[in-house]
Amino acid sequence: MALIKMVVQRLALGVVTLTVVSLIIFLGVELLPGDLAQAILGQAATEETVAAFRRELGLDLPPHVRYLEWLGGIFQGDMGKSLANQREISELIGGRLLNTLFLALLAAAISVPLALTLGILAALYRNSIFDRTVNVMTLSSISFPEFFVAYILILLLSINAGMFPSISNVSADLPFWDRVYRSFLPALTLTLVVVAHMMRMTRASIINLLASPYIEMANLKGIKRGRIITHHALPNALSPIINIVVLNLAYLVVGVVIVEVVFVYPGLGQLLVDSVQKRDIPVVQAASLIFAATYVLLNLTADVLSIISNPRLLHPR
Amino acid sequence: MSAVLKFLGSAPWSARFGLLVIFIYVAVALFAPVLTPYSETEIVGAEFEPWGEEYVLGTDNLGRDMLTRLIYGARNTVGIAFVTTCLAFMIGGGFGLLASALGGWVDQILSRMVDVLMAIPQLIFALLILTIVGTSVPVLIIVIAVLDSTRVFRLARAVAMNIVVMDFVEVSRLRGEGTGWVIFREVLPNAMPPLVAEFGLRFCFVFLFISALSFLGLGIQPPTADWGSMVRDNATLITFGDITPLLPAGAIALLTVGVNFVVDWFLHKTSGLRDDH
Repeated sequence: MALIKMVVQRLALGVVTLTVVSLIIFLGVELLPGDLAQAILGQAATEETVAAFRRELGLDLPPHVRYLEWLGGIFQGDMGKSLANQREISELIGGRLLNTLFLALLAAAISVPLALTLGILAALYRNSIFDRTVNVMTLSSISFPEFFVAYILILLLSINAGMFPSISNVSADLPFWDRVYRSFLPALTLTLVVVAHMMRMTRASIINLLASPYIEMANLKGIKRGRIITHHALPNALSPIINIVVLNLAYLVVGVVIVEVVFVYPGLGQLLVDSVQKRDIPVVQAASLIFAATYVLLNLTADVLSIISNPRLLHPR
Repeated sequence: MSAVLKFLGSAPWSARFGLLVIFIYVAVALFAPVLTPYSETEIVGAEFEPWGEEYVLGTDNLGRDMLTRLIYGARNTVGIAFVTTCLAFMIGGGFGLLASALGGWVDQILSRMVDVLMAIPQLIFALLILTIVGTSVPVLIIVIAVLDSTRVFRLARAVAMNIVVMDFVEVSRLRGEGTGWVIFREVLPNAMPPLVAEFGLRFCFVFLFISALSFLGLGIQPPTADWGSMVRDNATLITFGDITPLLPAGAIALLTVGVNFVVDWFLHKTSGLRDDH
């Protein structure tokens, strides 16, 4: 019962957060000096044109009415029209959202097993040359800007070795493996960016447990070190590990923005950057809301999963 | 002086390397006009000249000297990142210490505001605000400083919370000292080590963040030389196997690696923080 109560509490908190986030994204635009119509038409526009345009955009209504209409529209899949090309935003976003999710999932499928394996191995052979090398490499890869990693990969694997295309032009009708092949470099870039953090946390949470008495007991019984780590330490370290994995997935979804721009990948991140450059505010609002909602939901999942996998959190002292 | 040298002598090679890198960057940034053969925005030759005697690292997409812009980039990119981090620390650190010293509803309100700001991914938030108010250096500094101050706030508050409950703080309160005294004379000196380490990490983060925004064309605007936008402007060269565009990106990476190494060592040194048993 306590579990359900706790989870419901977290979910309620998540709904509140999402509402506040949507309010911020909506009200941010209200901070514009003048308003949207003025900003688009510029200083030279006459009073009448601005007023007419305002009516067309529905800007003559009070803010709370517009907010509710905007939010209601989004729930029905209607996000309004782009200012730049008058197309329906839902049409612009639909396919791109799927592409972005595909890329993030591919990166997750590579990075999560890799990070866990490296983390467990580093914990097993800690303070060895392997551990130190992995440590320095991960510390460095955290410090690299994403576009640096991306261009190095392009230079090495695409231009010098010719193994993968440097531009990932995927489309909806591509067969699955072709799609994987074309999005491999961006996925690898994202993997290198997130693996370091996950791996370090896995190593740290396992090593933290190795000092506990029950591990010493297992040691004294003569169980092999590999088995102690996989059978005795890992189950107890699972809660922080799951937490960190999901947090990194949340980071992946946002981290795609830069990687998509480098590889000209037709995803949501690229649309967002293009729209920011064109100051196409409705599209920016819609895309930010989707990114922010995904981020909030994944963080919420991390919260709930860590409660479920660690019964101790149910009874905070 | 000899004590300082001895202290540095005890540092591991990674930390020494980091300190050397930081020192070189600062020197280059300070003496940029002396070190550069041309001026920052001057067009000196044809576009994309190869490396050679006249242009050591070639020229960029508009025919400006690459080496010159790389050196000025140290000044602009690192300078702006440094100012932003300082501002983030003043805002976040100040409010964090205030929240822990006052407690009660001040703490509640500040903490909830930070929770909300942290619920939105930083990059998305920054893009949204830059769309609304437009891109300029002051806007960039303020937006990133405010967004980043949330992280500083969390840390400063958490660290200070453990200090304000100690006896010597209680004594100073009983003595009748004001909140200002408690924050600056009692809490702050004891909260310094983790905050200094955090400053290094935050600097790296802000530095990467500004570079990323510039790379997207939304950060530091031309013609100011800046490493992020230099990568973006010259990226086409990479398709011909030329590594010139990787130099500014490498410059960013090298500095962050250096700072990270120093912070790592500093953390070990000050708190005995170790993850091995």
